[in-house]
Amino acid sequence: MDFGFTISKPRSIEPTEAGREQLLQLEEQVPTFRRCMNCGGCTATCSAGQFTDFNIRKVHNLYRWGQYKELDEELQKCMLCGKCTLVCPRGVNLRSLIIHLRKALNKDHQPGDYQHFIRNNNR
Amino acid sequence: MSDRTTTAQVAVIGGGPAGIEAACALSNNGIRVSLFESEPVLAHNVGNKFKLFPDFSSASELVATLSHKLSGSHVSVHLDTEIVSMEQKGGLWFLTDNYGHTHEAVAVLLATGYDVFDARRKEELGYGIYKGVVTSIDLESMLKAGKLVNVLGEQPQCVTFLQCVGSRDEKIGNHYCSKVCCVTAVKQAIEVKKLSPRTDVFLFYMDLRMWGQGFEELYREAQEQYGIRFVRGRISEAASTFDDRVQIKAEDTLVGQPLKMSTDLLVLMVGMEASCGTKKLASCCGVEGAYGFAHSCSPYLSDNMTDRQGLFLAGSCKRPMSVSDTVNDARSAAVGIADYLKTALSN
Amino acid sequence: MSSYFHPFILPFCIGTLVLFAVIAVKFYRWISGLDRKQKKNVWMSLLTVRIFPSLWRIFKEIVKEVLLHVNITRYNWRMGYMHRSIALGWFLLIVTGFVETLFHFRGSGHPPWLGIFFRFFVRDYTYGISRVWADVMDLLLLYVLSGVSIAIFKSIYSRIVGMRKNTRLRWFDICLRYSLWLIFPMRLLSESATAALTGNGGFLTQGIGDMMPTEFAQVMEVPFWTAYSTCLCVFFVLFPFSRYMHIFTEPLLIVFRSLGVREGSQPTGYTRMELNACSRCGICIDGCPLDKDLNINDIQGVYLLRDVRHGLPHRNATENCLMCDQCVVDCPVGIEINEIRKQERNKGTLDTHDNYRFLDSVKSFNAIGRIAYFGGCMSHLTPGVTESMKKIFDAVGQKYWLMDEDKTICCGRPLLQQGFIAQAAELRRKNARLIVESHAQYLVTSCPICYQSFKKEYNLPIKVIHHTEYLAVLIRLGKLKPHKTGLKVAYHDPCELGRGCNIYDEPREVLQAVADLVRVQKEREHSICCGHSLGNTALDVEKQDKVRDAALRNLTADHPDLIATACPMCKKAFQHGQPTHVKDVAELIAEQL
Repeated sequence: MDFGFTISKPRSIEPTEAGREQLLQLEEQVPTFRRCMNCGGCTATCSAGQFTDFNIRKVHNLYRWGQYKELDEELQKCMLCGKCTLVCPRGVNLRSLIIHLRKALNKDHQPGDYQHFIRNNNR
Repeated sequence: MSDRTTTAQVAVIGGGPAGIEAACALSNNGIRVSLFESEPVLAHNVGNKFKLFPDFSSASELVATLSHKLSGSHVSVHLDTEIVSMEQKGGLWFLTDNYGHTHEAVAVLLATGYDVFDARRKEELGYGIYKGVVTSIDLESMLKAGKLVNVLGEQPQCVTFLQCVGSRDEKIGNHYCSKVCCVTAVKQAIEVKKLSPRTDVFLFYMDLRMWGQGFEELYREAQEQYGIRFVRGRISEAASTFDDRVQIKAEDTLVGQPLKMSTDLLVLMVGMEASCGTKKLASCCGVEGAYGFAHSCSPYLSDNMTDRQGLFLAGSCKRPMSVSDTVNDARSAAVGIADYLKTALSN
Repeated sequence: MSSYFHPFILPFCIGTLVLFAVIAVKFYRWISGLDRKQKKNVWMSLLTVRIFPSLWRIFKEIVKEVLLHVNITRYNWRMGYMHRSIALGWFLLIVTGFVETLFHFRGSGHPPWLGIFFRFFVRDYTYGISRVWADVMDLLLLYVLSGVSIAIFKSIYSRIVGMRKNTRLRWFDICLRYSLWLIFPMRLLSESATAALTGNGGFLTQGIGDMMPTEFAQVMEVPFWTAYSTCLCVFFVLFPFSRYMHIFTEPLLIVFRSLGVREGSQPTGYTRMELNACSRCGICIDGCPLDKDLNINDIQGVYLLRDVRHGLPHRNATENCLMCDQCVVDCPVGIEINEIRKQERNKGTLDTHDNYRFLDSVKSFNAIGRIAYFGGCMSHLTPGVTESMKKIFDAVGQKYWLMDEDKTICCGRPLLQQGFIAQAAELRRKNARLIVESHAQYLVTSCPICYQSFKKEYNLPIKVIHHTEYLAVLIRLGKLKPHKTGLKVAYHDPCELGRGCNIYDEPREVLQAVADLVRVQKEREHSICCGHSLGNTALDVEKQDKVRDAALRNLTADHPDLIATACPMCKKAFQHGQPTHVKDVAELIAEQL
């Protein structure tokens, strides 16, 4: 039955809880990430962003607050061309950030899982 | 003593607002002062401006007042004279100029000021490549001439300002804020609107720093009375459109949406860098600080002093500074130098 | 059992048998581990007439590299001497020993080990021609010993042979190195002891033998020979598991490389050959900008190959590299170090391939009779380059299609370099479709990264040229006549264009038409990377800038008026670095039309 209104879910994020551990880990892997001041230069210049609504700044901000939904698929639009890293006025290593974000978000990805061949073929 | 050598109690290097103000203040106290300016004119950086923030007073009037004050004093002024090196021997400073002449002084005031950032180093913004891209200095002379036109010589439909060009930028190595560009941009935006009320004016910023008296009010005025649109985002590249306008790419970070828009003029708010003279003389005396600026003893009680005896600093050779701060700083330097001379001469 | 037996030869014989057995197994595994494409290449080469010239080439290369060490000598003659004296000296010692034995026994009736222990068993060989044989053998031994002593000094102080650093070795390799170093002094002592008792030595062994008291020689002769044989045994048994495996692997590598085998995107048996062919000489450390300017000393080719070969952790060595290819050019063995690095960077499950569907709607353009011009992603940040190219196209009346004027589909190389193989292929498909559908005549690119990608990874039906090549042709044909200025210009060779695609002359030819080229100390294949290479994601900007500053110091040593380059990425890096003007070759030409 439709009463003409719905009860909305709480939309607030608890910053001290959501994704805190993951964020700290990411910041450790990509220390320059802490320097971001959200100027949007990266999104403006983004090669993929010229074709589709990919917004790298939004993606990493969502990650900051532990909002992981669909972020991995979003990140796969990146072509890793490096323009964002080149224009960033704070010197954030965005290419490294993107790869580390994808590693963190990809459930199937185990660190070093691509080395199986080497282990099997050793010597 | 040869005729190529001059002597003074104080040598002031740099004939901008800081140099002139300090020289006049010292001279009025009966101190013999020489002032050296590498350019053929005094105060060329301020002289290039049209109006000053935040009260829109005339920059050329300020320069005229300063020049008048200087010509009424006993300061010996050396225009077109660049000090290329200096050294201290037995309590005296020996300054060598570009003609090879030597000048002696008991104390030296470094007031060598700033240069504007060379916007061509940010090639992605297209300065020097697209005619529609200008710097804030270029815009100032347009405003001074009272003629604001786009590339085709028509009244511009849209003027866009971009903050922080050459400041707060890791990539070109200037991490600092140039301090005056925010309010200058607001001032210029208002001037554009006054000159051409139908022009759309956009101002792209990362942070707006309205730190001085009257600045915040100016910002409000720009929003309320002049309808200037402030966009929080950094323009990261510019390109040319087929009709010679400038296409810019930025993100409105508050919406989270990329913007791609055309504008007739893109005004780059170029920051301040240590001038060539500042860099050269500061390193010559061993007082160079970060980014090539000169380093004072302490920013609190001895901001005009350096680690070298008898070497003083004033104005934007230390850090980016507004005109009013520069003039005040020059006066405080004059007081410091007068004190120093008393002890130095009594010994 | 013949009279030419003594128990001390047993260690040597066992060692030799083990050595050859292990090598046979390894070679078999590697060869059968080639992938289908590589095997096809081998058969194609073997079954066609190409095989005859290549057999001669293979022979020449093996002699030049395995014995004479020409490439190392070219890089550093002292290192070359050290390697050559041990390799060639030892080889000749063995060969001469066998020839001497053959000569003595008239070709038959002697056990195979006799060539090694000849002086012990043939004690009466002291007359006539035998003196000459003995002197020749001593001379060769002396030659080897000279190399060994240099190696010992080098291990203490590498600058003695002009190398900045020694390779840090595993303890296993260190032990084996000592056993190798011991072999030759032991042989000297053994032969000297025998010479002392029999007088069958040459100028060296007899000289030392004459100084030995007879009683001492009598007591020590057999222990010396036993020690010699044992050293050989230890060395041979452990040899295939150590870096010395390069001795036998290098000829095999040369054979397969000459038969047209190259690294692919996945590790194969050929990769194992390359890993084993590394002698860990450390030349790759010498030129590495990360070692020189950032003191990062665990990621160079030698360490990567070592760690991959032995299955040691190598995440850092894999990821932290500029891919500037300096080590690849310098490597005397010609190992495709960065191809192996790329295989190791393989991102596995992260490498999804159906994510660029949003690019499918991009339309091609009918460019029949036109040149397609691809500026590349980075050229959007260097509009000076693209504007100059437009001006030049207009000046020569060339119709063109700006493939990526507004937005660029990345060429895919940055992804490939980071190990996203499937994703890179996806992007290549998208761009290839646009190019093929356009029917353009040529593809001109301004970015060397894209250039290398289009040229080597795309397999396009049209010719791909870099804009410096295009300009060189225009100038040669007299279509472009730029004015010569008096500017002093230092040219920076971008890694991807120079070492990557071997284009060194065209940019210089073009520059000479408008300016005077200043000689730069490290140029052409020794040019220093600008530091901002897309091959690296591990370095933060502060560190990249240090490499860049080293490159700038190199370029501005002669105080040129400006720096010229031919890569938007290098240009931006230098522009950020310092006030000296940096211009692209195309800009310099466009300004002087």
